[in-house]
Amino acid sequence: MYPGSDRTSARPSTLADRTSGWHFQLMALILFWAAPARAEALVADLTNHLIAITTGFTGASVVLFGAIDGPGDVAVVVRGPDREMAVRRKSRIAGIWVNSQEMIFANVASFYFVAASRPLEEIVSPATAAFYRLGVTNLELKPEGMSPPQVVDEFVTALVRTQQRARLFPNSVGKVNFIGERLFRTTIEFPSNVPTGTYLVEVFLVRDKDVVSGQTTPLVVSKVGIDADVFGFAARQPALYGAIAVLTAMVAGWLASLPFRSA
Amino acid sequence: MDIYLPIAEVSVDVFVLLGLGGAVGFLTGVFGVGGGFLITPLLIFIGVPPTVAVASSANQLVGASVSSVLVHWRRGNVDFKMGYVLLVGGLAGSVFGVWIFTLLKRLGQIELTISLCYVVLLGTLGALMMVESVYTQLRLHRPGVRRRKLHQHNWMHGLPLKARFRRSKLYISALLPIGLGFVVGVFSAILGIGGGFIMVPAMIYMLGMPTAVVPGTSLLQIIFVAANVTLLQAYTNRTVDAVLALVLLVGGVIGARIGSRFGTRLRGDQLRLLLALLVLAVAAKLAFDLTVRPTDPYSIAWEKT
Repeated sequence: MYPGSDRTSARPSTLADRTSGWHFQLMALILFWAAPARAEALVADLTNHLIAITTGFTGASVVLFGAIDGPGDVAVVVRGPDREMAVRRKSRIAGIWVNSQEMIFANVASFYFVAASRPLEEIVSPATAAFYRLGVTNLELKPEGMSPPQVVDEFVTALVRTQQRARLFPNSVGKVNFIGERLFRTTIEFPSNVPTGTYLVEVFLVRDKDVVSGQTTPLVVSKVGIDADVFGFAARQPALYGAIAVLTAMVAGWLASLPFRSA
Repeated sequence: MDIYLPIAEVSVDVFVLLGLGGAVGFLTGVFGVGGGFLITPLLIFIGVPPTVAVASSANQLVGASVSSVLVHWRRGNVDFKMGYVLLVGGLAGSVFGVWIFTLLKRLGQIELTISLCYVVLLGTLGALMMVESVYTQLRLHRPGVRRRKLHQHNWMHGLPLKARFRRSKLYISALLPIGLGFVVGVFSAILGIGGGFIMVPAMIYMLGMPTAVVPGTSLLQIIFVAANVTLLQAYTNRTVDAVLALVLLVGGVIGARIGSRFGTRLRGDQLRLLLALLVLAVAAKLAFDLTVRPTDPYSIAWEKT
């Protein structure tokens, strides 16, 4: 009844000195192999570890399920790969709207999702929430360079708002549902414009306003099939891709001229 | 049925794309214009990022102009020498244009530039066509008006590097077509257009070429300029969506077939008036979008690393 426990898992001690991305994954993996015999306080897994973006892709949903050992609450965070983002603000110059101000954010989660079994402020302290980046307000969005704090606030709010509109950031905290005392599940929705890359799904067991156990699972969002081939090819061999695009169009044009010849 | 465009990274209904390609192909068939100037704004309207729209319509243009040039070539209406001279300027212009495009993209001003250029170009062109066709309508009722002199001598004929263009029956400075090619090349790179609508009037009124050889020759150099733009955009900005271009081409071929049949039933001056109205409508929509208060003054862009 504890599916998915063979994935990477992490103990509280590793979470304390957590780093991001693969580094953390690797550490968790090593620790898992080092101490396989101990009983798990928390196990969780996803119904699917790969979201395949195909030609007909219109979004996907993945169910995260698991069980906890003993009482407590569960919080779930899903983060897409960090990317650099430019936020621009338009203002009116000579009657037309022009991008006039710009702020660069070096590490913005390209996708973010958070869910909890109860409202976040009821189950974790503000410090814990900030440390584990629980909630959109704890994403630590800091621009490059120096700007007045009010201006930074406006740009951060705009960034979050735009991402929410694209359904890449949540409008509210999702619900982790308990089935009985120990089994839980939640659904993570990915829109059709979901960025590709390796995502980290972090599940936290919370007791007395603090995280006591956690587990991290990777989730890969990847283009597959012809689209992936086209995209990968365009990125790796841009010159050849361009040449083929031109040649294809020329052949298509030649074919198109054929019916006219008989006319 | 939605189709996921791998470079644009959006899902678009494939029938909307086919319809769009078809509609523009229809216009090509009816009016004999490339339609690139309509494809880019329409792609932007349906949610394709402007940068991808520009680069992909250049790709689509390669195919569209190849098929048209083959038709004109068969009728002997292509001045190859003139085409190659135009091309020298066109290639230089498109390199310069892609460089400007990349620079503006980094500064976050490319979308504004694309819209502004379209408003100015389409607005001017639409107004000129409108005036011309209204004037023609009026002149039809006043026969016996003196025709324009075939050949006028002005400062352009004093330029060096004179060359003979036999097919066009011209002896003019090669700098003129090179300069013209350059200007059109720049626009081609920034706007994803073939530039036929700038090139054709300039060839007739500025260079004094015979009208019959103008479309074929203009399209000949557009093939190479558009191919060059596609290559450069693919290489520097990675914004060419070949899937998008192909779907548009398929729609375009069907549309052009229907359009050319339909076009023969309408009078030339009526066609020009209709085209003028259409061009002005697109310009007005773009101009309106520039001046209306955006729903959110903030926008975001991922910096590709």
